Amino acid sequence: MILHFENARLIDPEAGTDALGSLTVKDGLIVARNGAAPKQAEILDAGGKCLAPGMVDWGVKIGEPGERHRESFRSAGLAAAAGGVTTIIARPDTTPAIDTPETLEFVTRRAAEAPVRIRHMAALTKGREGREMTEIGFLLDAGAIAFTDAFHVATETKALSRAFTYARSLGALVVGHPQEPGLSAGAAATSGKFSSLRGLPGVSPMAERMGLERDLALVEMTGVRYHADQITTARSLPALERAKAAGLDVTAGTSIHHLTLNEIDVGDYRTFFKMTPPLRSEEDRMAIVEAVANGLIDVISSMHTPADEESKRLPFEEAAAGAVALETLLPAAMRLYHAGAMDMPTLWRALSLNPARRLGLPQGRLAEGSPADLILFDPDAPFLLDRFTLRSKSKNTPFDGQRMEGKVLATFVAGTLVFKA
Amino acid sequence: MSFRARHLLGIEHLSPQEIVTILDLADRYVDLNRRTVKQSDVLAGMTQINMFFENSTRTQASFELAGKRLGADVMNMSVASSSVKKGETLIDTAMTLNAMHPDLLVVRHGASGAVNLLASKVNCAVLNAGDGRHEHPTQALLDALTIRRAKGRIQRLTVAICGDIAHSRVARSNLILLGKMENRIRLIAPPTLMPAGVGEFGCELYDDMKAGLEGCDVVMMLRLQKERMDGGFIPSEREYYHRYGLDAEKLAYAKPDAIVMHPGPMNRGVEIDGEIADDINRSVIQEQVEMGVAVRMACMDLLARNLRAERGAKAAEVMV
Repeated sequence: MILHFENARLIDPEAGTDALGSLTVKDGLIVARNGAAPKQAEILDAGGKCLAPGMVDWGVKIGEPGERHRESFRSAGLAAAAGGVTTIIARPDTTPAIDTPETLEFVTRRAAEAPVRIRHMAALTKGREGREMTEIGFLLDAGAIAFTDAFHVATETKALSRAFTYARSLGALVVGHPQEPGLSAGAAATSGKFSSLRGLPGVSPMAERMGLERDLALVEMTGVRYHADQITTARSLPALERAKAAGLDVTAGTSIHHLTLNEIDVGDYRTFFKMTPPLRSEEDRMAIVEAVANGLIDVISSMHTPADEESKRLPFEEAAAGAVALETLLPAAMRLYHAGAMDMPTLWRALSLNPARRLGLPQGRLAEGSPADLILFDPDAPFLLDRFTLRSKSKNTPFDGQRMEGKVLATFVAGTLVFKA
Repeated sequence: MSFRARHLLGIEHLSPQEIVTILDLADRYVDLNRRTVKQSDVLAGMTQINMFFENSTRTQASFELAGKRLGADVMNMSVASSSVKKGETLIDTAMTLNAMHPDLLVVRHGASGAVNLLASKVNCAVLNAGDGRHEHPTQALLDALTIRRAKGRIQRLTVAICGDIAHSRVARSNLILLGKMENRIRLIAPPTLMPAGVGEFGCELYDDMKAGLEGCDVVMMLRLQKERMDGGFIPSEREYYHRYGLDAEKLAYAKPDAIVMHPGPMNRGVEIDGEIADDINRSVIQEQVEMGVAVRMACMDLLARNLRAERGAKAAEVMV
């Protein structure tokens, strides 16, 4: 089976190019760029629309096991395919946590229902409690791609340093959630004028920097490979910059919501805008956009977190945090593009190339020999988002009712069409 | 007269004209309340439900009395001890009550924004009787009425709000109201009890009581909200009283005719000296309680008028 895309605007994050051309796919791999169409090829005219590597979304919460009413592998997979995400990196903060090879095998089996690739992170400590490390070796053998306690921050630094040291010996990648839990306890918003006006308990943005500094010190001490899941405040950036300059094996991500929304969007206690960490000031948002553009922050992810209506229809402090985002990741990212904050290759470096590279996956590229995980999209197609049209089982999106631009036209995984608009 | 609001959720959404409208009407109810026969029938036939998710004696009694004097059928639900404990959500409780067709719903809840959430789900008028650390609009209105009656105006005054500002919805509502009415506001508190970013609201911040009280017309004390604290905001009550408790010595820094206010209940010897609180020449704390009933009557009267007008308009549509 040979596919030949013609007249496509090829977004190549590796080469940093954005130009019209053609792409040939054979047996699930990209085999040629700008070559002539092979004789037996099925010719697809892209009509000048964008053809880019499918997004590699690092940090997706799926409700299996434990909360399948919120999201199943199937519903998440359909949402991902429609949203242009071809590889999901799933979080282990399920019920129970994915902290044994047995649970990992279970979710790996269940994930086969999804039309996109799904890889799993495993818990770093048992029950994500931050006390005893999991069977990192067995979990690696069973296919764990990285280790994280998700949003639970370990306070027993000695236990954490042992887990880091052990993970280092196996070459495992550890994902941290930079936050000083003592300072952020009970917080529902970022402290400042807005939280004071709304009477919401706030956390200083400094809590993120303190958490990051601690983790980076442990990285320096143990030499573990480390990725910070979400950097969302300007004050964390110098610490990250220093660590990278010092040659520590450190990368960092941020969430699409912290790049496109700020604390004022919470408005009249709208719980769909409650995130972990909470949305930040506009100054912080702009600093983080700049850090992604200049490459200090490596990865943009959706931090897809399905929550049912019951857990959101509560007073703000009591409501669940998080938003679904698999299907809104692309149009939200297009806001950054249309605002001139970054060009397409820069965006795709953070959305596909960097996460794939950091996780040791061959995806995220347009180079010959790479897997043909591709998306065809129209960056300008406008629409009004109605949350009930989302394929996720949960509909908690902050973009409900908003005007957006950017629609996925087709999604291919290993050269096979898995979604067509 | 101008008052268009459907609910009274906070001072934030009121215009200065609406505030004046409420205060003017409340003045008339003060006169009514001082008569022997205190009955009015402006809420006759209407049902008022007081739903207090947080325990309250003073505010609930004040709302109950206000409703009864206006002729409403008043029901108190002590939600703190009922179905909420059985796991029913706020929305379900609200929907259940809504099905009983109340006209006025008076709500107090421990979470900021909870009353806004509830108001979006019911089709009667909702009065916020305090939500978390957010707003307590009738308290700010009764404070404004007390000030206006004592000082003859509610503009161009220097007002000090002192004490536990971080945990206080009273402080937030007062801050907004006094700002809208163009007063000079000073916040006096230990830095641990001062909310973040509050300097951007256009008020002056002090951590020294004497400097802050210098030349003030009005001194508003706040209760130290021990129940909302998760520990370690102040070293001890005696040090707090020494530095931030209102006594004769500190009050001497304010104007000689400055009035002393407190939303109650007071912690005597913690934030205020007992003798100052009882000094009839300085303290207007008892007047505040009296104004509370009148202001709540005025608010309910105005909301009921809007409710009737809205329902009348709907009925007219049906007839066409």
